[in-house]
Amino acid sequence: MDYQPDSDEHQDGNALAGPLSEIFAVDLTSALGRCASCGVTEPVARLHVYTRAPGLVGRCPHCGHVALRVVRSPDTAWLDLCGTAALRIPLTS
Amino acid sequence: MGVVSPGFRGRARESSRRLPPGQYETHDFPVLSAGPTPRITRDEWEFAVTTETGARHAWNWAELTALPSDSPTVDLHCVTKWSKFDTSWQGVSLDVLLAEVETAADFALVSSYGGYTSSLPLEDLLDGQAWIAYGYDGDDIPPEHGGPARLLVPHLYFWKSAKWVHGIQLLTEDEPGFWEGLGYHDYGDPWREQRYQGD
Repeated sequence: MDYQPDSDEHQDGNALAGPLSEIFAVDLTSALGRCASCGVTEPVARLHVYTRAPGLVGRCPHCGHVALRVVRSPDTAWLDLCGTAALRIPLTS
Repeated sequence: MGVVSPGFRGRARESSRRLPPGQYETHDFPVLSAGPTPRITRDEWEFAVTTETGARHAWNWAELTALPSDSPTVDLHCVTKWSKFDTSWQGVSLDVLLAEVETAADFALVSSYGGYTSSLPLEDLLDGQAWIAYGYDGDDIPPEHGGPARLLVPHLYFWKSAKWVHGIQLLTEDEPGFWEGLGYHDYGDPWREQRYQGD
C-alpha cells in the first residue's frame, strides 16, 4: 500500500494512552504490536493516530493499515484490534 | 441594558429549529478523517456502482460531470455534534446514476479511495436525497473535504457522506461500514439522535 501520511493529520500512539487506560489495566502504548497487514512490529506508541474522527483510528506507521480503532459512547467502549496480529505486553514480574 | 433585538431572537429560534437534538451550530467546516487524505486526480478518478449480480456501471470524471447536475443547499449534521447550515454543493443525483441500474438490492455499501466505507439503505440514496458531489461553495471540493468527489447524504449523520467516493456496492443484506461496524448506528438519523448502536 502506498501510505503517504501528512504529519499534520495524525498524532503518535501516545494519544491512545488515556482512552485505552479505561479498558486495560496496563499501559498498552508500550506494548509491541504486529501489523496484521505488513507484519512489522512496533510499539503501539508509534502508531499514527487519527483523532479528528468519530473514533480513534491507529494506523501502522509503515503501511497505513488500520491496526486499532476505539469508539467511546457515553456508556460503552468499542475496541477493534482486527488489524493487529499480536500484542506483546510488558508486565512486571 | 439587556436589550435583545427581535431580530436576534428570531435567528436564535430559527437556529434551534434547524438543530437536531444534541447538536450545536458551527460556522467553520471541521475536517474529520480516519486516515491520510488521498490525492486523487480527475484523470484517475472513477466511480462505479456494482449490483448484487456483479453488474458494473462506471463513470469517469468527464462522464460524471457531463450528466445533469443539481445545486443543493443543505444542512450538515456530524455525529461529533457540530451542525453547519446552508452548505452549497454541486453534484449528480444518485437518481440519475442509478436510473439505468437494475437491482433488487435493499442496501448500499459506499467505498472510498483510502479504504473508508459507509453503509445505508439503498432507498436513502434515492428520491432526491443523495448526490455524488464535485463542487462546494462555487468551487472544487478541497481534498480535505473529500474532493475530487464525495457522497452527499445530508439527511443522515455526515459520516455516511463518504469523502473521496470511489464506488457503491448494492447488496441484498446490510454490510456495516467503517463506523457502523464499531458501535455507531446502522441508520444514523440526526433527528432521532441515532448516534450509537441501540440509540
